[in-house]
Amino acid sequence: MAECGADGGGSSGDSLDKSITLPPDEIFRNLENAKRFAIDIGGSLTKLAYYSTVQHKVAKVRSFDHSGKDAEQDHEPPYEISVQEEITARLHFIKFENTYIEACLDFIKDHLVNTETKVIQATGGGAYKFKDLIEEKLQLKVDKEDVMTCLIKGCNFVLKNIPHEAFVYQKDTEPEFRFQTNHANIFPYLLVNVGSGVSIVKVETEDRFEWIGGSSIGGGTFWGLGALLTKTKKFDELLHLAAKGQHANVDMLVQDIYGGAHQTLGLSGNLIASSFGKSATADREFSKEDMAKSLLHMISNDIGQLACLYAKLHGLDRVYFGGFFIRGHPVTMHTITYSINFFSKGEVQALFLRHEGYLGAIGAFLKGAEQDNPNQYSWGENYAGSSGLMSTSPALGPTQRARSGTFDLLEMDRLERPLVNLPLLLDPSSYVPDTVDLTDDALARKYWLTCFEEALDGVVKRAVASQPESLDAAERARKFRQKYWSKLQTLRHQPFAYGTLTVRSLLDTREHCLNEFSFPDPYSKVKQQENGVALKCFQCVVQALDALGWEERQLALARGLLAGNVFDWGAKAVSDVLESDPQFGFEEAKKKLQERPWLVDSYSKWLQRLKGPPHKCALIFADNSGIDLILGVFPFVRELLLRGTEVILACNSGPALNDVTYSESLIVAERIAAMDPVVHSALQEERLLLVQTGSSSPCLDLSRLDKGLAVLVRERGADLVVIEGMGRAVHTNYYAALRCESLKLAVLKNAWLAERLGGPLFSVIFKYEVPAE
Amino acid sequence: MGTGRLGAPMERHGRTSATSAPSVGEPESGGAEEGRRREPLRRRASSASAPLVGASAEGARWDRPGSYSGPASVSRQRVENLRKKRPLFPWFGLDIGGTLVKLVYFEPKDITAEEEEEEVESLRSIRKYLTSNVAYGSTGIRDVHLELKDLTLCGRKGNLHFIRFPTHDMPAFIQMGRDKNFSSLHTVFCATGGGAYKFEQDFLTIGDLQLCKLDELDCLIKGILYIDSVGFNGRSQCYYFENPADSEKCQKLPFELKNPYPLLLVNIGSGVSILAVYSKDNYKRVTGTSLGGGTFFGLCCLLTGCTTFEEALEMASRGDSTKVDKLVRDIYGGDYERFGLPGWAVASSFGNMMSKEKREAVSKEDLARATLITITNNIGSIARMCALNENINQVVFVGNFLRINTIAMRLLAYALDYWSKGQLKALFSEHEGYFGAVGALLELLKIP
Repeated sequence: MAECGADGGGSSGDSLDKSITLPPDEIFRNLENAKRFAIDIGGSLTKLAYYSTVQHKVAKVRSFDHSGKDAEQDHEPPYEISVQEEITARLHFIKFENTYIEACLDFIKDHLVNTETKVIQATGGGAYKFKDLIEEKLQLKVDKEDVMTCLIKGCNFVLKNIPHEAFVYQKDTEPEFRFQTNHANIFPYLLVNVGSGVSIVKVETEDRFEWIGGSSIGGGTFWGLGALLTKTKKFDELLHLAAKGQHANVDMLVQDIYGGAHQTLGLSGNLIASSFGKSATADREFSKEDMAKSLLHMISNDIGQLACLYAKLHGLDRVYFGGFFIRGHPVTMHTITYSINFFSKGEVQALFLRHEGYLGAIGAFLKGAEQDNPNQYSWGENYAGSSGLMSTSPALGPTQRARSGTFDLLEMDRLERPLVNLPLLLDPSSYVPDTVDLTDDALARKYWLTCFEEALDGVVKRAVASQPESLDAAERARKFRQKYWSKLQTLRHQPFAYGTLTVRSLLDTREHCLNEFSFPDPYSKVKQQENGVALKCFQCVVQALDALGWEERQLALARGLLAGNVFDWGAKAVSDVLESDPQFGFEEAKKKLQERPWLVDSYSKWLQRLKGPPHKCALIFADNSGIDLILGVFPFVRELLLRGTEVILACNSGPALNDVTYSESLIVAERIAAMDPVVHSALQEERLLLVQTGSSSPCLDLSRLDKGLAVLVRERGADLVVIEGMGRAVHTNYYAALRCESLKLAVLKNAWLAERLGGPLFSVIFKYEVPAE
Repeated sequence: MGTGRLGAPMERHGRTSATSAPSVGEPESGGAEEGRRREPLRRRASSASAPLVGASAEGARWDRPGSYSGPASVSRQRVENLRKKRPLFPWFGLDIGGTLVKLVYFEPKDITAEEEEEEVESLRSIRKYLTSNVAYGSTGIRDVHLELKDLTLCGRKGNLHFIRFPTHDMPAFIQMGRDKNFSSLHTVFCATGGGAYKFEQDFLTIGDLQLCKLDELDCLIKGILYIDSVGFNGRSQCYYFENPADSEKCQKLPFELKNPYPLLLVNIGSGVSILAVYSKDNYKRVTGTSLGGGTFFGLCCLLTGCTTFEEALEMASRGDSTKVDKLVRDIYGGDYERFGLPGWAVASSFGNMMSKEKREAVSKEDLARATLITITNNIGSIARMCALNENINQVVFVGNFLRINTIAMRLLAYALDYWSKGQLKALFSEHEGYFGAVGALLELLKIP
């Protein structure tokens, strides 16, 4: 964490403190390493972007050097863990009102140390106005960037890198926001930017876009004409007025012209025949609200109509709307959506963006950072550091909305490796990783939010316990608790804040918050211990399996995979048992398993398949460390290898709960190879390959996987995908359709979920699927 | 004249209108379902213009002019037919819009002495009243300069008069009909426009008059094609502007619509309807917008306190819209080259009015001008996009918004030419707002 705010508060910092609701060090984070600034100054809001590096504590595992040593002793752990500092790249975006610009610049200047930055990229209508101020305050040269170019660069970037970035807005439906799954190919699309005027841009590739039209009737018309008509000066207040008005008092409707006959003619009498048609009279007064509403409809309808005409002319059906007229305002999103539906007869979809306000700043930043090749990396939204979508609760007037007087943040982490689709997805464009949409399913949302709240104290306890030698662990854990708790509360009220709310996003948010407070891997010691115990049992388990007949062995292997899966510190039911009874073992786990027939049971079909020719290559997504991996997955892998099937074993790149990480899996494999000639030769001959998923989530998004994995899957012609665990096979991917055979295995360790799926606790999911020919 | 035997010649009340759309623009925020339902796609106007076989009392076939029915008897038979089929005088066509009522009246000039003798008093009084005045009541006006002279309609020669009055005076008009005892003439009022529906009951109960309601788009197209074919007292009906942006060199020039199809027809009344016309009876309503003449006038009333359309235009002619609008050059200092936008283009209509100082510095004239420019540019822009989408390059602008509105016409002409790089031509028509009413009259006379 940046210390700058705490002790570095100069006079400017103090003045900033008075005017804003967050301490500045929580807004301008990681400034000390900041470089490559960009700023987008709009009519009322400023967006600042910078790139910085963040030092993280990470848990590293390393094999002991066994050379020259005797056989290991009983209590020796299988590998050592060390905490190291790792530096990762992060993008910071901060949005604040123009009134704070001077104070903010002062604060940045005071805390900007060791920067080699000489230039700041600036865009937006206000860039010119504030040029001198910025140059004087920051001692940086202002480089003006083209507004539309920045917008489009920013738009491409968020569409590619932020899942659930785009959404459709449906007023009065639950949920109001329907987030779109990201398409692998985002082009071509139409961007309609409604600032003071309207620009319509067709974007064809990363670098190719064309201004195809525009209109002078835009946000400036609403604001300017609205101010003249209503004497209301502020844009937000005008919107507020409009939300309360009745446009039919001002507009001439079809029914005003046709009388009651519109019904028999099959016309909608409510259609507007002539905007402001009723105000053509000197002897009537019109209310501000009614006029504002009429104006809003007039402008929104006009924009929607032109957008449809341009979309039709260019054969495009994806239209993204941005600009200050739209920016998260439910009123305008609704009227624009309505207009687009009306004029396109449903053929064009009005799409909005969660980070629409940041596009210019992101684009300007990217222009300045071209030498860092930001577009070559994949980026991930950091839920811990980002504010999320603003509340659109109708109870809040625009003046009360959180955006006034506060700062909105977006942080994105650079992922070390690019992420791509799993090539085996049947239809990447329709793939949705998550099984239940909690934005949609209020009952499930309530349950899971409560569940995560109740589990929080346990997580805090474990986090503290994982760093016994740290002096400030308790304090950091308290901050973590506070942060995650407040995220959960936000999500209770605004489930759409970070896109579609899912169990996965709740889990990921928790991981981000843990990382934020330097608890990179609270389970590292538990995993180490469990791996040690399990490794000792490996040979014994394998011998027992080998003693079985073929058919018996196949069932035992399946049960082993499932039993291993009972061990999951992430599930509350199991952690209760494990915390109270550490001797709870593999055999006992098997006893806990549901007897066949399982809740979902296609084992017979699987067995039948096994009697056929071997698979060419199996891709296995591993779940937990310890018993699950070593006594469940590895014997299964070994059997596949013996059948002549190659195996790609994919583990998480970073830690999440007690899930096995890639680096742990390497050590475990090495240790098993030392005991088992089958695994040994397979590793040597590269018939068994260990890869990383690119993820640090307890769930699995098959559309964002490490590129290396995807390449390997293609090279080896994988024809079987095995996904195990509740997080990867139930919360996500339960309905994922693949182009090859798949096994989805899990034990339902959550009573509520089990009941929802129609079975008792510890019900078994054994889902073997063969794609339709 | 004996035409009384015909009884009620119009038995088609409202038939053609059942599926048609009004010339209105945009949706409100109500049910999207309704909105989608109401926009008919390509439709044929054939039902409106097809001869009504067997519909009349005699069951006689109505010969289209020029249709072949035997060499020798053609002429005589036609005259005979005309006489039989001709409705009784007076001949009116009525178009009741959202703001204005348009009335066309055919004044027969070939009345024989015998006929004059037979002419009932009330008929004569109507004829005299309409033709000897140029203004009726406080708001009715006859556009004398539009009068079409020596027209032959259904075998009768006469003059066609063009009269307008505000829709809110419709009750007075109906009352007048009652006072002048119209119903005794057994005449039929062919009416189009939304008001034909709205006021139908009033016509019946107050005036004892049965309206024949007609589809307004059918009437519009019919009217335009007819008026264009008869010309304007020897001059051309259609015209265009040369050098529309240059007040010195700008010239209004006649245009001969030799090849009228396909044609984009933009009717700017209170709202705007845009039609693609492919032939006499094949057209579709492409779209519409609610930002029309009613919006211009309505906003002007609110912004300037003006009370008439003429006043609004007069103010606009003296104003400067660049004080109100934010231009491209106000933002970029000149042209926005990245996108090829000229500095003079309006970037944001009323955009300067976001600033308090500028709000205080503008005049009512400036506001009226800006309103006119905003609405006109928008119509031009939508019309241009429709022309592109429909692949049509001649665009005819009609409707009463263009009446005495050279600023708007020149702007439309210029904008269409500039943004289409000379591909599109904006055309105008002398009888800009009266085509619906003419179409209604043609329906009365069953002229296809």
